[in-house]
Amino acid sequence: MAALEDLFASGHRACAGCGCALTLKTLLRVTGPNVIIAQATGCMEVISTPYPESAWKVPWIHSLFENAAPVAAGIEAGLRATGRKNDTKVIAIGGDGATFDIGFGHLSGVMERGHDILYLCYDNEAYMNTGIQRSGSTPYDASTTTTPAGKLSFGNQRPKKNLPAIMAAHGVPYVAVTSIAYPADFTKKVRKALSIEGPKYIQVHATCTPGWGIDSAMSLEVLRLAVETAMYPLFEYENGQITSVHKIKDRKPVREYLEKQKRFAHLFKMPGGDKEIEKIQRIADLNAEHFGLDVKPKGKEAAAGKQ
Amino acid sequence: MAAKMKVIEGSMAVAEAVKACRPAVVSAYPITPQTHIVEDISQMIADGEMQNCEYVRTESEFGAASMIQGAEAAGARSFSATSSQGAVLMYEVLFSIAGMRLPCVIAMANRSVSSPLSIWNDHQDAISARDNGWIQLWAEDSQEAADMIIQAYRIGEDHRVLLPVMVNLDGFIITHTYEPVELYDQKMVDEFLPPYSPVYALDPKNPVTMGSLAQPEVYTEARYMIHQAQLKAKEVIEEVALEFKKKFGRYGGGLIDAYRMEDAEVALIAMGSIIGTMKDAVDEMRAEGMPVGVVKVRSYRPFPAEALRAALKDVKCACVIDRDISMGMEGALFTDLKAALYGKSKADILGFIAGMGGRDITIDDFKGMARKGFARIRGEKVTDMEWCKLDTDILPEGS
Ligand SMILES: Cc1ncc(C[n+]2csc(CCOP(=O)(O)OP(=O)(O)O)c2C)c(N)n1
Ligand code: SF4
Repeated sequence: MAALEDLFASGHRACAGCGCALTLKTLLRVTGPNVIIAQATGCMEVISTPYPESAWKVPWIHSLFENAAPVAAGIEAGLRATGRKNDTKVIAIGGDGATFDIGFGHLSGVMERGHDILYLCYDNEAYMNTGIQRSGSTPYDASTTTTPAGKLSFGNQRPKKNLPAIMAAHGVPYVAVTSIAYPADFTKKVRKALSIEGPKYIQVHATCTPGWGIDSAMSLEVLRLAVETAMYPLFEYENGQITSVHKIKDRKPVREYLEKQKRFAHLFKMPGGDKEIEKIQRIADLNAEHFGLDVKPKGKEAAAGKQ
Repeated sequence: MAAKMKVIEGSMAVAEAVKACRPAVVSAYPITPQTHIVEDISQMIADGEMQNCEYVRTESEFGAASMIQGAEAAGARSFSATSSQGAVLMYEVLFSIAGMRLPCVIAMANRSVSSPLSIWNDHQDAISARDNGWIQLWAEDSQEAADMIIQAYRIGEDHRVLLPVMVNLDGFIITHTYEPVELYDQKMVDEFLPPYSPVYALDPKNPVTMGSLAQPEVYTEARYMIHQAQLKAKEVIEEVALEFKKKFGRYGGGLIDAYRMEDAEVALIAMGSIIGTMKDAVDEMRAEGMPVGVVKVRSYRPFPAEALRAALKDVKCACVIDRDISMGMEGALFTDLKAALYGKSKADILGFIAGMGGRDITIDDFKGMARKGFARIRGEKVTDMEWCKLDTDILPEGS
């Protein structure tokens, strides 16, 4: 079997183990060459296009930090108006900062107006390119350079913004949350999104090795733990309704996820850290309950209501 | 075939010109006094007069500018319009569009910028966007604004230029005034303005990367190329104006225009709709035997330094009227003109800040400015820069 040509070429400047770069590579394996990409400022833009090099073998444009969505919408409108849309897919890509914060209003406008684009947010849970500052996607208690843990602080004191629900509330046909540690799930969701006309939003959990403080070899393992602890539930919304969730058998305690990352290391050292970990556990429990993530035990135990 | 003459609002004249240019994408966000332009276009689309045009009602001017950036990058001719706060909100995208050499066209219905909030006309919005790489053309009346839209696409899309163009028209004074305007014969516009043929476009059959990260080794060169394109545009602007005249019988473009400058000792220099009033002032003064003329700057960027030097070569005093202020310095046109004439002209130059935030400027005001020019020539004491009609009574004590 002939090897697939990578449309996102190796030789880019991402750190070893970068889950976000892996996301882009995998994305293009799904899309193939008939695609145009608009990308926001951020790590993935910077590592892939230092002039005169480019890792992109598909047409690609970076304009600004906050406008990947409307630029993509403009591309789509331009193609349509000039009769060149054909089967070309238009994809906007942004990090969580670009998506949850600065580009949010424009993303919302594009979603609401029904442009036929896929918006892909690679969620590494902080502004990485500027040196690990907190974004609206940074999880509770994570230490970042603008929410550092310190004598008086456990790090970021706000919960993660629920962007997928906000996107779904726009009434768009498809919203999905996935993780690059689950390439089959990721592939399936991207493929599905691209088969649907109209605005689509996919959020993919992807590691930043220095940002999270993990060894590059641990990237996928840590991402899997996020899913297995219900810290990062994977699901789909279709036309505003949740239509699938990735179930978890034997959900693991959040400790197992937190202890592997430096951004949460303070919780295991500081007095009161245990209590904070309990709070995070409750966040995971609520996720599990809300999405019905736990595989229900069968037989007698279930009848007795034991879990 | 003769074109029709019609009494219409300035905004409608611009909308008619846009329609004749067959844009593929128009993005819109309301702001006074620009709104009528995009409303008129939306009506034309609703009436089926603009087929194959995607009209996008965006969530903000930032989105509107981003839309046309994407469309233009995809190889589609595009248009938007804005004013004041909208222009300022577009600011970051305007740089990005020029940096990528995307020849979008925007109509800028000039208006003052908050705060204090004012919806009335002055030039602060466009002047504040002076250095972002956009070509800036300035219209005197509706006809010129409309003619400039058509020329703007020709200029910007010329492969020697490849820059976006902002056509400035004074808010309310032009946008909301009904004047007779000669409309366009579509066939003639089609002959004048060929379909958009970008050098590069986003296309899966021929993938390119646009908007790369530039290291210090290449950034200066990229900026240098934009500057060179601006300089080149001076020729192209003149060329296109002449060709337009040949085709449509009107000279509604070019870098500058001179009025009664043949033996002028004092010149009034400005941009936009005040030129009309200035001409009236000059006519009255000429009748009194005073040698005064008007120089209209149509292209502010690129700045027509050579043309202005030539037009002002025999003038003894140039009076520059700015409807903007570069805070802590002076009016922008005043500074630029002095720079252009430095070491190359003996003319004295006076600056006037006038008509900010919609304040009226009358024939008498212009006559007063010209008289100051003559006083300066006679060696009387005249300040270099003056705030015209400044109401000191309403200023707090000590200012
Ligand atoms: C208007 C604007 N503000 C700030 C920046 C600086 N900036 C560049 S990249 C970046 C962080 C991007 O974060 P994110 O979107 O999460 O992507 P990541 O770097 O994590 O890939 C910031 C703040 C900018 N380029 N533009
Ligand atoms: S800093 Fe993080 S997101 Fe950026 S390239 Fe490195 S691992 Fe990837």
